Amino acid sequence: MRIGVITFPGSLDDRDALRAIRIAGAEPVSLWHGEHDLQGVDALVLPGGFSYGDYLRAGAIASHAPIMAEVIDAANKGMPVLGICNGFQMLAEARLVPGAHTRNDVQHFVRRDQHLSVVNNTTAWTTKFGENEEIIIPLKNADGRFIADADTIKRIEDNGQVTFRYVGLNPNGSADDIAGVSNERGNVVGLMPHPEHAVEPGFGPDTATHMRSGLDGLRFFTSVIERVLA
Amino acid sequence: MPVFVVEVMPKPEILDPQGKAVAGALSRLGHTEFSAVRMGKRFEVTVEGPVTADTHAKLEEIAREILSNQVIEDVVSITEVTGGTGGTA
Repeated sequence: MRIGVITFPGSLDDRDALRAIRIAGAEPVSLWHGEHDLQGVDALVLPGGFSYGDYLRAGAIASHAPIMAEVIDAANKGMPVLGICNGFQMLAEARLVPGAHTRNDVQHFVRRDQHLSVVNNTTAWTTKFGENEEIIIPLKNADGRFIADADTIKRIEDNGQVTFRYVGLNPNGSADDIAGVSNERGNVVGLMPHPEHAVEPGFGPDTATHMRSGLDGLRFFTSVIERVLA
Repeated sequence: MPVFVVEVMPKPEILDPQGKAVAGALSRLGHTEFSAVRMGKRFEVTVEGPVTADTHAKLEEIAREILSNQVIEDVVSITEVTGGTGGTA
């Protein structure tokens, strides 16, 4: 089981994602944006960061990178793809998931241990969660406000394409408190919070019982491993 | 060389936090006669060689598909200017 992580100019959390994949029990494979080779991986992660300095729009330039032709093709054929933060913005810019992102309504960068509800636990990346389970995943973004027109919001709500919702506080003004969405098939998932930062005791988000003990991010990766091996 | 200006604005129904922050600053500075600000983008695109119908078609395409994201933005104008603002890439 091999999971690729694509590094773009300005990616920041690619190494954290590679580490999370290894901790979850799969083989991490480092991929480069400028190539046309997915090296036979079984699943893909588009990591967080500020590709191309967020110039033009967050994720916009990276969504046209050479390797994205192969990513779009593989995603349309059913390969599991997870877009985290800047990776979510790339998925939206590439039209692999619905919607778009604008500047946070609070007008500044937000970093917090964010409570989320797993709205759909049947996607390739969420089967290890309970339905509507509340989890804690670190969030850090400036352009995290997910929006789409009213018809699109209704369609993705009705289709079960809303994967995660913010609980307790909507940190960026996203429509319907939406924190993450999937494509219709459920193999492509994007979210603003960072599951790769919640995989190791001592380095994760604070929980109700212990500081930095949150490990909820690990199950994104164990979910996809189970899905691919099934 | 021919230069085209492409102007992109957030859709009217989309919240523009940057414009809102600028409007707040104007108000604090006493410029209370200006009630709202919305911020968009201006692109100056230099054309290599002669401008043809194909150039216009391609420019409209990149304005729609790359320079703007139609989910959140509108292309409000594409106009040819002579020389742009004189900047170099």
